[in-house]
Amino acid sequence: MSNTDFVLAVEDLTVSFDGFKAIDNLTLYLDRGELRVIIGPNGAGKTTLLDLICGKTRATGGSIKFKNEEMLGKPEYRIVRAGIGRKFQTPSIYENLPVFKNLEVSFPHGRGVFGALAFKCTQEVNDRVQAVAGEIGLAGKLDWEAGLLSHGEKQWLEIGMLLMQDPELLMLDEPIAGMSARERELTAELLQRICQNRSVIVIEHDMEFVKRIAHKVTVMHQGKVLAEGPMDKVQSDPRVIDVYLGH
Amino acid sequence: MNNAFLTWFRTRGLFSWLALAVVLLVLFPLLLDSFRLGLVGKYMTYGFVAIGLVMLWGYGGVLSLGQGVFFGLGGYAMAMFLKLEASDPESTKIQSTPGIPDFMDWNQLTALPAWWEPFQYLPVALLGVIVVPTLLAFVIGYALFKRRVGGVYFAIITQAIALILTVLIIGQQGYTGGVNGITDLKTLLGWDIRTDSAKLVLYYVCAILLLLAILGCGWIQRSKLGTLLLAMRDKEDRVRFSGYDVAMFKTFVFCLSAMLAGIGGALFTLQVGFMSPSFVGIVPSIEMVIFAAVGGRMSLVGAVFGALLVNFGKTYFSESFPDLWLFLMAALFIGVVLAFPNGLAGLIDSHIKPWLARWRTAKAAAPMAPADPAPPPVPAAAAQPPEPSLPAHLAQEKT
Amino acid sequence: MSMTDLYNITLMQGFAGLSLFSVLLLMGLGLAIIFGQMGVINMAHGEFMAIGAYTVYLSSVLAERFVPGFVQAYFPFAILLAFMVAFAVGWLAEWALIRHLYKRPLDTLLATWGLSLGMQQVFRSTFGPKEVSPTLPDWLMGSWSPSEGLDIPINGLFVMALTLLVTGLVMLALYRSSWGLKVRATVANRPMANATGINTRRTDRVTFAIGCGIAGIAGAAFTTIGSTGPTSGSLYIVDAFLVVTFGGAASLLGTVASAFGIAQTQSITEFFLDGSMARVLTLLTVVVILMIRPQGLFAARIRK
Repeated sequence: MSNTDFVLAVEDLTVSFDGFKAIDNLTLYLDRGELRVIIGPNGAGKTTLLDLICGKTRATGGSIKFKNEEMLGKPEYRIVRAGIGRKFQTPSIYENLPVFKNLEVSFPHGRGVFGALAFKCTQEVNDRVQAVAGEIGLAGKLDWEAGLLSHGEKQWLEIGMLLMQDPELLMLDEPIAGMSARERELTAELLQRICQNRSVIVIEHDMEFVKRIAHKVTVMHQGKVLAEGPMDKVQSDPRVIDVYLGH
Repeated sequence: MNNAFLTWFRTRGLFSWLALAVVLLVLFPLLLDSFRLGLVGKYMTYGFVAIGLVMLWGYGGVLSLGQGVFFGLGGYAMAMFLKLEASDPESTKIQSTPGIPDFMDWNQLTALPAWWEPFQYLPVALLGVIVVPTLLAFVIGYALFKRRVGGVYFAIITQAIALILTVLIIGQQGYTGGVNGITDLKTLLGWDIRTDSAKLVLYYVCAILLLLAILGCGWIQRSKLGTLLLAMRDKEDRVRFSGYDVAMFKTFVFCLSAMLAGIGGALFTLQVGFMSPSFVGIVPSIEMVIFAAVGGRMSLVGAVFGALLVNFGKTYFSESFPDLWLFLMAALFIGVVLAFPNGLAGLIDSHIKPWLARWRTAKAAAPMAPADPAPPPVPAAAAQPPEPSLPAHLAQEKT
Repeated sequence: MSMTDLYNITLMQGFAGLSLFSVLLLMGLGLAIIFGQMGVINMAHGEFMAIGAYTVYLSSVLAERFVPGFVQAYFPFAILLAFMVAFAVGWLAEWALIRHLYKRPLDTLLATWGLSLGMQQVFRSTFGPKEVSPTLPDWLMGSWSPSEGLDIPINGLFVMALTLLVTGLVMLALYRSSWGLKVRATVANRPMANATGINTRRTDRVTFAIGCGIAGIAGAAFTTIGSTGPTSGSLYIVDAFLVVTFGGAASLLGTVASAFGIAQTQSITEFFLDGSMARVLTLLTVVVILMIRPQGLFAARIRK
């Protein structure tokens, strides 16, 4: 495939589990600085797509290019170091470490074994932790044990841990699941702030929320892209309506 | 004393380290006769294995049932050197081939095997003590952790390796001394290691190395690597997707624990004067786990006390009540799992420390307000989690 | 050496391999249920085998003392008894110990190791430290010579037949009975199984006990081959675990295949090398293969 300007170029991606194609010949391009929301009914392959991009699941065929560099077949930690960050569906934080440590450990220095041994929490690291904590609204809770945070705060903390890495592509799997209305509001603002200088992919079910944040929406169905475009256009697409309202 | 210094001391858990140092360096040499002290010296070598397991199992969440392999490799590397020194042509002239170890002669070997040659030199042997266990651990660890093998599968495979090495050593008696092991070790560069004075020196060498090893491991625990190990135990995928090569970190602690076990094995050989497959196999390997478990799988100092205590109990009971010992051992295994997952160190943290704190506040408050009721006791038993709790330096930060 | 000699050696060698295969399979079967299906590491598996062996020994002693006429016939009953005793002890162990530890596999490993130490001491205190052998009925002794120069030991044939029977029964029970359905449902999705009205706690206990009972049968069968001592059980434990792990823990078919593969490797290498080297080589092969393919021989790819 030729090189492109896209930050992420997924082409002809396929993965099958014992014959069942969870992702079927999928092609998707993402611009720099774009916030893309992926929607679709359960089992459409949304989470599997993120799993494939971040290397958690091995693809059967196709290509995933990040900044024109092939990501397929690379180990997860190399994909992360290339600049792809991923948030999991259920908040995945270190419950029995303090919030500060959660963020500090995510700072992208000292990533090798001996680098980690020599790593020191310098003023730079400390400033960065403070800044990110402010961004995600946890500045006052840095010394809390992360397991004591509320569900919404845990989601923010995980986003914060990703921000520490300053990824060029951020992938968020249902970031507002289980959040109160107020928390959703804050998360929407947070997402709009953090996509200033990076690309973001969000999987979400809440249409109001999607409308608020999305630049462009991709609808997935049975491992394929069903429709793509601005929210209002996608919403009026008869195929999309058909998929959502039943067969 | 300066308050800041005291705090610095406390956050690094150095008080318990200091207590251990006093016990090992002052108390035992003063109180015990040379035979008992020799026993403590022997038990201390297991302390190396135990702190290695604290790092690997307590911090890394990886249980190895093959630590005896590394203990044995270190011990054998040392024993090979000592055996060669003891087998000079002069003292072995009655053999049909003088100048080779006696067991080789008995097994009709007529020349020293090539892989024994380098062990004539002390630096090579000392290097072997460290490198051989570490290298083996690297090969096993990297292969398994790369493929995400952990938990019980890792335990089973390391146990199988312990069995393989034992069968190999026993089967190849011409090269290894077989089931008897390598015995009759006499001198180290001409220095007789069997005398009481030599034993005392070796005791102190062992104690100081052990104390240094604890400091080193404590430093690793407080580094980012230590935090990452705890993080991995909690959410391995999150660590992986934060850009860390999880397999490499686990391999590192596995190598560290192997190296420590190897050093322990070498010191064992020096102090006890022989090495045999009975320290390598399945049973000794799993007993080493119980040392760490009894002392507290999260506590370095605790694990050393665990090693001393269990081994002391073993010596005492198997002499006086041999029938009871296995029952006691069974109770230990089941007890530390069901009732005291954090071992002795955990008991001290949950019972003694709150009691001490209460006592201190009561004493401070006494002159002013004698009627002031003591603060309510910390509900230790209820607060005790089924999982090993946080190490002190992290727990401190969350106040 | 004539052609018939060569033929006979090959045949007997093949039989030795098959015999070892049935031993390994019989050892692994109980574990395949406990470890493979339930995911519980039972380090006392070998001691449950020893329970079976001691039960047979005890039956033989009792039969000799009280009903000498029965000595020729007690053996099948003793095997049944071995199953029942091991089943009962397994039931007890599950109730007292295992059920508290289902979510902590590594701790289960340590606790069951403790259990095995305790059981060993019970054996030692009850039966003494020496190895014992039951008096076997005459029909289990000697060998069968279908042709000149061909000797096939009857006890080997007996173990083989028993293995075949037990394997068949386990397969039938696991894939055809309602217990098997409950076990598989519980393994696949515990909360869901609970929700559909399966008493998963009871299923766990019965399953664990059945696994132990089968270990008891294995131990009983092995009295025809060797003697039993307090620590005999611990000799089997690594092999038993390797057989199950190598086969792919959740697959009963895998256990059969891996027992076959390990047995053949062992008996073929034994032909060329001495016993201990053959064992080292076989174990090493299994470990190296497990390092390369940790999921074992039979494992399904699932979406997760």
